[in-house]
Parts: sequence; C-alpha cells; structure tokens
Amino acid sequence: MDINILTVFILAVFVGIEIITKVPPTLHTPLMSGSNAISGIAIVGAIVSTKIGGHYGTWLGLASVIFATVNVVGGFMVTDRMLKMFRKK
Amino acid sequence: MHWENIFYVLSSILFIFGIKRLSHPRTARSGNLIASLGMLIAIVTTLVISDSLSYELIGIGIIIGTIIGAFFAMRVKMTQMPQMVAIFNGFGGIASALVAAAEFVNASKSFPYGEIFTYSTISLSLFIGTLTFTGSFIAFGKLQGFVSGKPIVFPGQQLLNGLIASSIIGLAVYIVLFPNDLNYFYLLVAMSAVIGITLTIPIGGADMPVVISLLNSYSGIAAASTGFVLDNNALIISGALVGASGLILTNIMCKGMNRSLTNVIFGAVGLEQDTGSDGEAKEINIKSYSTEEAAMIFDTAEKIIVVPGYGLAVAQAQHAVREVADYLSGKGKKVLYAIHPVAGRMPGHMNVLLAEANVPYDQLKDLDEVNNEFEDCDVALVLGANDVVNPAARHDASSPIYGMPILDVDKSQTVIINKRTMNTGFAGVQNELFGYDNSIMVFGDAKDMLQQLLKDLKEL
Repeated sequence: MDINILTVFILAVFVGIEIITKVPPTLHTPLMSGSNAISGIAIVGAIVSTKIGGHYGTWLGLASVIFATVNVVGGFMVTDRMLKMFRKK
Repeated sequence: MHWENIFYVLSSILFIFGIKRLSHPRTARSGNLIASLGMLIAIVTTLVISDSLSYELIGIGIIIGTIIGAFFAMRVKMTQMPQMVAIFNGFGGIASALVAAAEFVNASKSFPYGEIFTYSTISLSLFIGTLTFTGSFIAFGKLQGFVSGKPIVFPGQQLLNGLIASSIIGLAVYIVLFPNDLNYFYLLVAMSAVIGITLTIPIGGADMPVVISLLNSYSGIAAASTGFVLDNNALIISGALVGASGLILTNIMCKGMNRSLTNVIFGAVGLEQDTGSDGEAKEINIKSYSTEEAAMIFDTAEKIIVVPGYGLAVAQAQHAVREVADYLSGKGKKVLYAIHPVAGRMPGHMNVLLAEANVPYDQLKDLDEVNNEFEDCDVALVLGANDVVNPAARHDASSPIYGMPILDVDKSQTVIINKRTMNTGFAGVQNELFGYDNSIMVFGDAKDMLQQLLKDLKEL
C-alpha cells in the first residue's frame, strides 16, 4: 500500500476546507453544481476502464463514460448558466 | 516519473483556483471556466497517455453524455436545481462505482489473492458509489414529487439498516479475502443499493438541503476512492475537494437547523405529529387581510425586508417578488431580502432564484447580516417560509425546532405572511408567529398574490 496517495488525499481535503469555507452562502448552489462537475473526474477512470475489455468490461466502461460525461458537461454548463445571472446593481 | 502526472497536477491546481474564485460572485464565472479547463486537460491527458484505447467506444460515450448533460443544463428551471444537483450527484457516484466494478472484473482475473489494498478500495468505491446513486435517486424522487416528501418510516427501520450495514462490511471483508467469486461482488452492489434507499426514505423534504450536501460529499469520496484504486492523483485530489465541499455544506445546513447530522439522518423530523391530541396545541387567532389592505401597509412603510422560502420556489414567484420590490424601491423605500441558510431545498437555492429574477446579489442578506435589521423594519414580507421564522425556536423548549437560528421577523413593526393555507411547515409545527398582534396573513399562491399586490399598489 502506498502512503503517498493517502498524503495527497489528506492534504487535498485540507486545501478544500480552506478554500470552500470562503465561498459565500449566496454562491452555495453554484458551488454544489460546480463541485458536482468536478466529481465527474471519474471520467478519467472511465476512459481507462474501457480498455479492460471482455464483454463485461467494455459495457461497464461505456456506461461509466456516459454517466461521468453527463456529470462533467451538465455540471459545468448549468453552473455557468447560474453564475451568469449573479449581478450587482 | 510518469509525465502525465504533471498534467494531472496541473488540472488539480486549476480545480483549486477555480473553486477559489467562487469566493466572490464577480470572479465566480471565470472560476467555473478555469475548473472546466482543468477537466479538459485531465481528459485529454488520459486519452493521450493510454495506449490501445477504443476511441470509437469512448467517442460514443462522450457524445451521448454530452447531449444528455447539455440538454439538462439548458432546460432545467432554476426552481428545479435541487433535483438536478441530486441526480447529478447520483451520476457521479455511479460512474465511480462502474469504474471500480470494471477494475474488479479486471483485477479478479489477473491477481485473485493478496491485493488487500486494491480490493479494499474497490469495495469502498463500489459501496459509496452505489449508495450515492440510489440515495440520490430517492432524493431526486422526493424533490420531484415521484416519492412522498414525507419521511417514510416503519418499525425496525434502524435494525434493518444496521443489518444491511453489517452485511456490507461482511461482504467487503469476504471480497478482499476471496475476490474471485463474482456472486459476493453482486451482493455487495445490491446491498449498497438497498442501503442508499433505506437511509434516504426516512428523511423529510425540509431536510433535503442536508441530504443533497451529504450526497454531494459522497460523490466526491467515491471519486477519491476510485482514485485510490487506479492510483490516480487527479481523481484523489478532485474527489477530496468535492468531499470536503459537501461536508462543509452539510455542516452549515445542520447548523442552520440546530440539529446534528445523526439527528437529520435518523431523526425523521416532519412526521405527522399528533398535533392537538395531547391537548397542548394552542388556538391561535389570525388576521387575514386582502392584498388591497396589505398594499396600504406597504405604502406607509419605509423599510421592507422580504423573506423568501420554499413556497416562493413552488409558486415560481421570483420574478413577481422582484417586480413588487422594484416598485417599492422606486417609491424611495429600502428593500432587502433575508435569506435563511436552509430556506428552500438546497444550499443557496433562494439566492439562485432571485439572481434569475435579476435581484442584485448585494440586496440578499444572510442570517447574521440581517437579523438586527428587523428592529427598525416597518414590514417583513414572509413568502412561503414557515419554520425559519417561527419564534418558538427562541423560547419554546418543547418545540421540535427549538434552538434553530431563525430570522427575527416578529421584531418588525408589521409582519405580512403569505401562505397558501394554514398548513404547518415541514417540521409539522404550527407557527405561533401567525397569531402575533403585529402579524397579518395574506392567503394565496405567492405569485398570484404578489401580482395582485403590485396592481393594488399602483392603484393607490
């Protein structure tokens, strides 16, 4: 087992807490949909998993590419749609 | 040294910068763009470094996913954002679980025994990803109205959850030790799917902000654990960021209701409470006014605070309220909006709705900023909010919402409350505010009422 990846994970959690507590309540919905899009990073794993092959592996890979892409594209687009509406007087 | 890691680190940095720019509405839009650039870099890097990929298959997947994602992103109404985020959380979860499943099929073929770390992280990823998927589906159903928004509880529910949870732990341990039996793998997936449902059905509509935040966090943790499986830093860092984000929002929502997370998940607040049967329910005398009478009160007011709640979203009244507010500000009156952290069905729900109606964000005040403004406020206009303005939270220790931070609307000169009916809020409590001497009820759908009010104001 690799301790490095745990280190990376824990440091990233701290960075996350640090930056996310600074997001004002008014932007909490875009924060959620935006972070949602970021969790679509599973697409990286999905792409790799398509080559596992076999009937089973291929279909699992394709399904995960589709779901992750919906997440990424839909998430970033809807966040943009929302953020564009926030304006000052 | 794998050079692709440089690009994965770069995309992680872009995610962090992107979120950092969400700290102000002015920079937020560019932040989202930066984060999406990070995602693009991660995807392209993966496509370039991986050899013997089936580009047709990936291409088809990306095209289908893009069409579905773009369709939803463009078509969804702002009032439906909670549903959209709920279902997308679920997609994120299932994507991670599917990757883990594919890895499992792969790993169980090539190295059946001994890879404890691999199989533990695969099990974790399968479990959280599947739970997120089914849980999000139920949350989506509740928000959309397919599933009752009321908590669904039955005797022995906690026991059942306990049994399922222990069976999951048992299955995971078995899979780690004997990974070549696919039946246990299927069982683990099935049990994770079931617990996602049984953990979400007892949670009521008003607690949805907590549930969505929590599922958001899970979708991140699922991605991070898939990152452990694949030893991929991009997934680990992004998953950790999303996990932290969801957890912080969960915490803020819980504080907004003065409840612990355990209480939200297992407490089932919002059940039909035996109101009256114990003889404790107090009779309250309300004053019901027409919009014309309400218009006269607004006419003499100098400072007005609007308090939007879920009822505003249901009635799609965000544009109507802005028109009334604009008219009143045009008459030289000061108009503010007070946003409670748990108003609506997800964090920041009201802010997005009002932004859609072109309300400038500097007029939206959160709880801490606005609460001392009620003292010298002439009219507080409560639109479809209930529990978040119930003064019982301050003084009635027997109330289920006791201790919840509320908007002190009762301190204003006059409180005008718009509701459709006298039904209780989601916490199932009658609101004593409605019977206060300075309270006035104006019944009706929020949108119709506001449009009528505007007409009456203009006729004065």
